[in-house]
Amino acid sequence: MRILVVDDFSTMRRIVKNLLRDLGFTNTVEADDGKTALPILEAGGIDFLVTDWNMPGMTGIELLKAVRANPDLVSLPVLMVTAEAKREQIIMAAQAGVNGYVIKPFTAATLKEKIEKIFERVDG
Amino acid sequence: MTNEISLTLARELVIALEQGNELEADALLDKIAVQKESQLFKEVGRLTRQLHNSMAGFSLDSKIASMTENDIPDAKERLHYVISMTEQAANQTLNAVENLMPVSQSLNEQANELSDKWDRFLDREMPFAEFKNMSKEISQHFNESKESLLQVQNGLNEILLAQGFQDITGQIIKKVIDLVQDLELSMVELIRISGNPNLTIAKKEEPELPGPVVPGVDDKAGDVAKDQDDVDDLLSSLGF
Repeated sequence: MRILVVDDFSTMRRIVKNLLRDLGFTNTVEADDGKTALPILEAGGIDFLVTDWNMPGMTGIELLKAVRANPDLVSLPVLMVTAEAKREQIIMAAQAGVNGYVIKPFTAATLKEKIEKIFERVDG
Repeated sequence: MTNEISLTLARELVIALEQGNELEADALLDKIAVQKESQLFKEVGRLTRQLHNSMAGFSLDSKIASMTENDIPDAKERLHYVISMTEQAANQTLNAVENLMPVSQSLNEQANELSDKWDRFLDREMPFAEFKNMSKEISQHFNESKESLLQVQNGLNEILLAQGFQDITGQIIKKVIDLVQDLELSMVELIRISGNPNLTIAKKEEPELPGPVVPGVDDKAGDVAKDQDDVDDLLSSLGF
């Protein structure tokens, strides 16, 4: 399982990476916005995408839309981890095809629960 | 109205003079002069008030000017410093945690392994040669534990010290809050002096990505999720 973590703040990437490692996911890759993330995804080999929303260059929602528009990535599980909490934004992300939505600040338990739920659904 | 009164007074004055009534003429002249003076005083009063307001406005102007010139750039510097301090603290903490994780993981593995062996020994399932090996491993584990726990102790101290940013950044942010408050008062005063009662307040433009919700500020309209449960409820109502 190879996971791509996308956030413009390096500290947030480190926190997510450490929590993922604690959950047994040791194979992670990082990108600091959608623009750098997309070529990594297109190159293949990523099984799960964790992305922030508000990033310079290319935002998380744009990245999500680009992922869903690509036939190779259309079913890639995507978890959004973001401070954006407006109802209309959450609905927009759901409509764009997000698999899970975690608002910052979050706990290790929340992240674990959402990831497990995503894989339950993907596997099931 | 004043002209009419003046005209009446002038006519009366002419009549008094023609009649040679000096007493009456003097009284009328006084009356006219008083009227003129009171008008003059009124005008001076109005000008004085205007001058006072302009002076107040001027000192306010210079106060706001000095704020824009000095205090606001200072405040920006201060807030940038807050960002760099919090970032530094986060990195210091993350470094300590990332250094300690493998230490604690390896201690955990060793302890598990040894406790399995110990159980086998207690169940009398261990040959003597293996027991001798285990004794060596146990003393090795104790030595490593002592070293590792010292490392953990040091790391915890680093994490502890990294929290010092909270005090410093708290003080800096308080200063910036004071400035914002000062600026707000000056602006309110300026609007009062300029005294435009028909001033309409422009509607605040909504940013595309509003970012973190500050309780009591961004959640007033009730259109934001308060917590993760709120998000989950919304998503499940959408059939997630």
